[in-house]
Amino acid sequence: MSATLRVRVWRGAAQGGFQAFEVPRHASQTVLDVVTYIQRSLDPTLAYRFACRVGMCGSCAMTVNGAPRWTCRTHVDRVAGNGALEIAPLRNLPVIRDLVTDMREFFDKLARAKGYFHGRLSKKDDFAQVKPDSPARVQADAGIECIGCAVCYSACDVVKWNPDYLGPAALNRAWTLVNDERDAAKEERLRAVAGDAGCHACHTHMSCTERCPKHISPTAAIAGLKREVAALFVKTG
Amino acid sequence: MSAKTQTYLWLIQRLSAAVLALCVLVHLATLIYAVRGGLSAAEILGRTRGNLAWFAFYSIFVFAVTLHVPIGLRAVLSEWLGWRGAGRDLALLGFGVLLAWGGMRAVMAVFL
Repeated sequence: MSATLRVRVWRGAAQGGFQAFEVPRHASQTVLDVVTYIQRSLDPTLAYRFACRVGMCGSCAMTVNGAPRWTCRTHVDRVAGNGALEIAPLRNLPVIRDLVTDMREFFDKLARAKGYFHGRLSKKDDFAQVKPDSPARVQADAGIECIGCAVCYSACDVVKWNPDYLGPAALNRAWTLVNDERDAAKEERLRAVAGDAGCHACHTHMSCTERCPKHISPTAAIAGLKREVAALFVKTG
Repeated sequence: MSAKTQTYLWLIQRLSAAVLALCVLVHLATLIYAVRGGLSAAEILGRTRGNLAWFAFYSIFVFAVTLHVPIGLRAVLSEWLGWRGAGRDLALLGFGVLLAWGGMRAVMAVFL
């Protein structure tokens, strides 16, 4: 292990360039540690975003050596074998400054996919009982741990080619709700995720599944939505 | 175009792909069999002319191509060239008609 890392960090917004830094290398160092070191010791004007540092909040995702990753849980040893790191903002989102992207569109698409729970019970009703091993619940559980980091959204080529495409995270969220037997808006949600801007635009490249730090498979969720939406339209005409 | 129509297009493309997978296999197997047997063009025509089974098979083949290709090109045109909207769909409808005409012309050439 060399004593220092050669780090190139994106500076600017849509227009800009990479700035080189030398950062001391440590054991068990994460990419977020590297960015934090640069901001605290080398250049306080560097803008980046983080919160929990333990892989829960989904705010520190960046493009590391060409691939989107959660930087707080990405060890330098895993991605910078030759001692070089290139850190850029996430792809497919507008850059505000340096490593900070504007995630409004990403979250707006979660709303557009009706990625929110719509219950049918009131507080007067008893708790809904859901069997943990029922097939629908197993499907929902497979995608429920999404932290909204936008790594999948950044990895997706269809998002790049078709800016209206809802993207893997929003569709994965929709699929968890379609499989939530307590939810009352299944049909409405299936209609919201249909067609060219929705699940049927997915080409099954599986970049989202390959990159998801939580090992979720949005590809599988989207495949499920494709089938359910098609079945709904065939049934209802 | 409504999301429902887009969903139907997706469904038609998947169904036509399934038909094409079978058609291509039968077509290739027949091709290899005919070549290995050393059949001449005249002998092949002798078998296809007036044969309703081959006519039906290749008509289905052409029909599946006519459905499958324009729908696939629709995504290619919008994603790679940024061409979207009714103009693209109309052009693809025209292309589909061209495929059907060319395909059926070839089918008729070996049937009649």
